[in-house]
Amino acid sequence: MPSTITPINTEWEKKRRLDDHDSGHGRRPPNDKRTGGGGDNDNWNDRPQGRRGPREKLSRARLGLFFALAGDTMFFVAIVSAFFVAQGTSHIDAYNRYINEWLPTAVPPILWLNTAVLLLSSVTMEIARRTMFRENDAMDEWLGLGKPVTRRALPWLTATTVLGLLFLAGQAEAWRQLGLQHVFFASNPSSHFFYLITYTHAIHLFLGIGALGASLITLYLSRQLEMRQILVDCTGWYWHTMGVFWIFLFVMLAFFQ
Amino acid sequence: MLSAPSASVLLPLLPPDASAHGPALDHQLLLCLWIILALASLAHILIFLGLILRRSGSPRDPWAIEYLPLGALALLFTALAIHSEHLWADSRYTGASLEAMQIEVTGMQFAWYFRYPGLDATFGSTRPQLASAPEGNPIGIDPADPHSTDDFVTSELVLPAGHEIDLTLRAQDVIHGFSVPELRLKQNAIPGETIHIHFTATKPGTYAILCTQLCGMGHYRMNANLRVLPDDEFENWIEAKEKAAHR
Amino acid sequence: MSPTPRPSSPLSAANPPLFSLLSTDHRTIGRLYLGLALFAVTVGTLLSLVMRIHLLWPAWAFPLYGPILPEDYLALVTLHGTLMLFFVLTTAPQAGFGNLILPAQIGSRHMAFPRLNAASFWITALALLVLLASPFVPGGSAISGWTAYPPLSAVASAGPGQAMGMDLWLTSIAFFAVASTISSVNILVTIARMRCEGMTWNRLPLTVWAWFTAALLSIIAFSVLLAALLLLFCDRHSGTNFFLPAGDLVNGMLHQSGDGSPLLWLHLFWFFGHPEVYIAILPGMGLTSMVLANFSHRRVFGYRLMIGTTLLIGLLGIFLWGHHMFVAGLNPFASTAFSITTIAIALPASAKVLSWIATIWRARPQRTSAMLFSLGFVSLFITGGLTGPILAQPILDEYLHNTFFVVAHFHLIMAMAGVFGLFSATYYWFPLLSATARHRGCLLSERLGRWHFWLTLVGAYATFLPMHLTGLAGEPRHYAQLTGIPNAAGRMLASTLPLNLHITGSAILLACAQLLFLANLVLSLRRRTPAPSNPWHATTLEWHPALHPFASHDASERITVFRAPCDYRMSDSGETFFLTQWNYEATPDVKPE
Ligand code: HEA
Ligand code: HEA
Ligand code: CUA
Ligand SMILES: [Cu+2]
Repeated sequence: MPSTITPINTEWEKKRRLDDHDSGHGRRPPNDKRTGGGGDNDNWNDRPQGRRGPREKLSRARLGLFFALAGDTMFFVAIVSAFFVAQGTSHIDAYNRYINEWLPTAVPPILWLNTAVLLLSSVTMEIARRTMFRENDAMDEWLGLGKPVTRRALPWLTATTVLGLLFLAGQAEAWRQLGLQHVFFASNPSSHFFYLITYTHAIHLFLGIGALGASLITLYLSRQLEMRQILVDCTGWYWHTMGVFWIFLFVMLAFFQ
Repeated sequence: MLSAPSASVLLPLLPPDASAHGPALDHQLLLCLWIILALASLAHILIFLGLILRRSGSPRDPWAIEYLPLGALALLFTALAIHSEHLWADSRYTGASLEAMQIEVTGMQFAWYFRYPGLDATFGSTRPQLASAPEGNPIGIDPADPHSTDDFVTSELVLPAGHEIDLTLRAQDVIHGFSVPELRLKQNAIPGETIHIHFTATKPGTYAILCTQLCGMGHYRMNANLRVLPDDEFENWIEAKEKAAHR
Repeated sequence: MSPTPRPSSPLSAANPPLFSLLSTDHRTIGRLYLGLALFAVTVGTLLSLVMRIHLLWPAWAFPLYGPILPEDYLALVTLHGTLMLFFVLTTAPQAGFGNLILPAQIGSRHMAFPRLNAASFWITALALLVLLASPFVPGGSAISGWTAYPPLSAVASAGPGQAMGMDLWLTSIAFFAVASTISSVNILVTIARMRCEGMTWNRLPLTVWAWFTAALLSIIAFSVLLAALLLLFCDRHSGTNFFLPAGDLVNGMLHQSGDGSPLLWLHLFWFFGHPEVYIAILPGMGLTSMVLANFSHRRVFGYRLMIGTTLLIGLLGIFLWGHHMFVAGLNPFASTAFSITTIAIALPASAKVLSWIATIWRARPQRTSAMLFSLGFVSLFITGGLTGPILAQPILDEYLHNTFFVVAHFHLIMAMAGVFGLFSATYYWFPLLSATARHRGCLLSERLGRWHFWLTLVGAYATFLPMHLTGLAGEPRHYAQLTGIPNAAGRMLASTLPLNLHITGSAILLACAQLLFLANLVLSLRRRTPAPSNPWHATTLEWHPALHPFASHDASERITVFRAPCDYRMSDSGETFFLTQWNYEATPDVKPE
């Protein structure tokens, strides 16, 4: 990190100086990557918590998100295991016939398209996320030279949002097509799971779209780089995870019925 | 509150045992109870001693205090586990022998029904649509099925002493718990599944069949009588029933 | 060592009052959680007394209500269990004392996400509200127990309370699951990212390790519970049949198709349910270790080992849910596997017991109320825990399952040990609990505390030990009454009546003993005699002058940790010193009266 622009005496107080783009984290340059809080000694404890530089809050938010996503993974794991259990179960009917009511739901072809769209959205999301951390732009902002980071990230983030909405529209179409074949949520064991899984995943994506919207607005309004970085970064990781979940669930629905 | 001691003498620790596998189970249970009683007392004695004895700052060696006792407990628990898993394997791993007597138990809110296969020794099929207690067909036996003609259903379980029984457990509505304390027997009956347990009742007598899985407001009164009869009496009983079924 | 005093920061100078709604201050939120738990435990206790009385005098008409019907009894049991397990023993130790104490113990002044923290509390409160509303809807509240086995819980016609009441129960628990997940994330990040300089993982107090493990368990367990609740809700309202088999005929309502399996619910629920009970006890274990060491002026015996066993108990706790299903339709071979993992967990537990005993062995500890309650925790954990390995043997569980032997087991180890942990925490941390920025907080009366302890201990054993006997005699759970029952069962159940009379008597005594506790709270808060800043000569950071709520105005003093907690030394001249985590120099240890 160029020491020339590292202020010698940074501040103690949580003062926000929006005029010179300091979100109150002690006026550390954005390229300073130390986070603190690890109990080790590189965490500049000469500064109270919350004022230890731009990466402190970011790392917290990220970690929090990861833990939450770990829980979310367990949520889907539970549903998936139920899926395989239900596939196996059967019963002997009144006439001593072995009945397995599982008749696989043929996934509508459009899901392939949706999957591609979601993958693409993950790519744009990742580009947007990376641009938030480009050293030069970040330094420019810190030195007060406009909002290059926002300028670069906006198009990619917008693209992601559009693709995400496209995916949801595609899912809706898939449900409609199944509806035309009279396959509904309540139709049979397999359709239960098809709808349950696609619905819950869609709800997760709705939340993701919400987060994207929030970050878009923040990109416009907020003048604090830190704020914008945290939002876009976390949205990014969330979005990628939902992408991975979808790949897994889709493969399961398509090939493991 | 003063009734405590008198109560515990009134109350036998376990109900009398009337099954073939019971004694081994009781033995293991009492053994475990004695052991944990000993462990608990020992632990408490240690606590009290530790509290009243003079303070000593002398360093202690973790092996003597932590790892050795831990090892001892590990051995103890392992031994108990191995023995009880053997008992479990004997009673559950294998099905009933072929000459075991077939009886089917059906649980429903809030009664137990017992079906005997009759002379052909096979149960007729049932259909829930037909089930209706008022019409005398609580478990919905299908009259169309030839096998079902000689089946008969009772509201008390009557067993011959000393014969192995292969019990088929079914539930019509919700999960019920088929339990006979005196036979040291317990197994839930689950809707949509048929579960088999096998056992041998040894002592003639009248015993309680309870429901031990919360199944609704009548759970507490969902019980039936188990009558274990000597062979000859049982023969008379079942012949009478079969005659009645044929007519 | 601490830098020159600096102008107080606007942020933390805003001194939070004892209670203030919509605050994001971690201490305030902690107090709100504890208040909620105290309310829930009061309701749950009253319900348990009504249950006990009804069990013996089913015909007796309750004032203002009238005679209690069997379904009412089941509703009582369900409410009692749900309130106590979720809203008392999951809330108070983890979220309540966690928020109040945890940040200070790792040298931090805030939780990682203060707003999320407040949100999770208010969701919890909402959940409690929904649960308490359920008795007042048509049909009353759910009657299927805290385990809510389908089809009983999946079909509205299965009984009164299984319609609207059950929906409310599901909603309430769903809210609760979300709230606990949020607060667990908060706790985990706080521990991982907000530790002060020198607070390495090895130096974390065992309480923090316990909170950490319990939070990890919560995240895993509650997500699975949420999924299970979702499936059940669909079965009830969207015509699916995840848990409903074909041909299921519930009280005239025939369920036509589907291959659902009630066992699926049992697996999902107990995958949550067992970790849940460890979430309830782990903080108590951590606290006990610290309190015992604190008052016997010794190091925790085998500190590293205790960290290890805490994590091990958490890990093993995930893999033994099947021990609740030995005779519930689980495949016999699986039963054996689960039985072995279950018995295995007895070892880390035993290791903890041994360490507790070794820590107080010949230490001549001060017998303060906090200490007494921690000793009570040890005693109850042993007596309650030792029945665990018995229940863990399928062949024995075949006789004991769903008898009062099980009820005795979990009331001793969960209910009573857990509550003793709460009491110990309350007596130990009351100065911090009652401190504000303007007042340095006060201690609870030791005399009342001692009475409270002995009465509660005697009451607990007098109530729950005899339950083993009635259980062995064959008394099943969830029985609305033991009299007026036909057939041979009537005789068997009636034989347990005298002992049950005694149990009910002691239960009433036990509950009345709690009035002392409430009185103690009220009186001490009224009297408000200021407590010294470190009344127990504790070594952990929550007593650091600069982290004390009273002195929290200097938000900039540097907090540094030099050593592991519970460092008590003896000089050759024989008098003991205690070395706080935040000081180089030892402090001579004059025992407070
Ligand atoms: C924390 C858990 C907890 C606690 C404390 C209790 C406390 C009590 N419980 Fe219960 N109980 C359960 C959890 C608990 N219970 C569960 C999970 C079930 C199963 C439900 C089901 O089957 O669905 C159950 C079921 C149950 C039954 C079985 C009913 C049946 O199956 O037929 C009975 C019957 O006697 C009973 C009785 C009692 C009694 C007399 C008390 C007395 O001990 C009450 C006295 C109360 C106290 C001693 C606590 C006072 C504590 C404080 C004041 C601390 C507050 C401090 C802070 C918040 C800081 N309980
Ligand atoms: C805090 C809650 C808590 C805790 C910690 C435990 C701890 C344990 N539990 Fe328990 N349990 C419950 C709460 C808890 N349980 C509840 C609520 C239920 C009923 C649920 C329902 O159906 O509603 C239940 C039910 C339950 C069952 C099912 C019973 C049935 O329904 O048929 C089983 C079966 O294996 C079991 C086992 C165990 C075991 C092996 C432990 C072990 O972790 C115990 C470990 C402890 C010890 C082994 C003691 C160690 C001490 C010593 C060894 C002494 C040392 C000796 C010297 C120093 C000399 N529990
Ligand atoms: Cu049937 Cu309880
Ligand atoms: Cu368990």
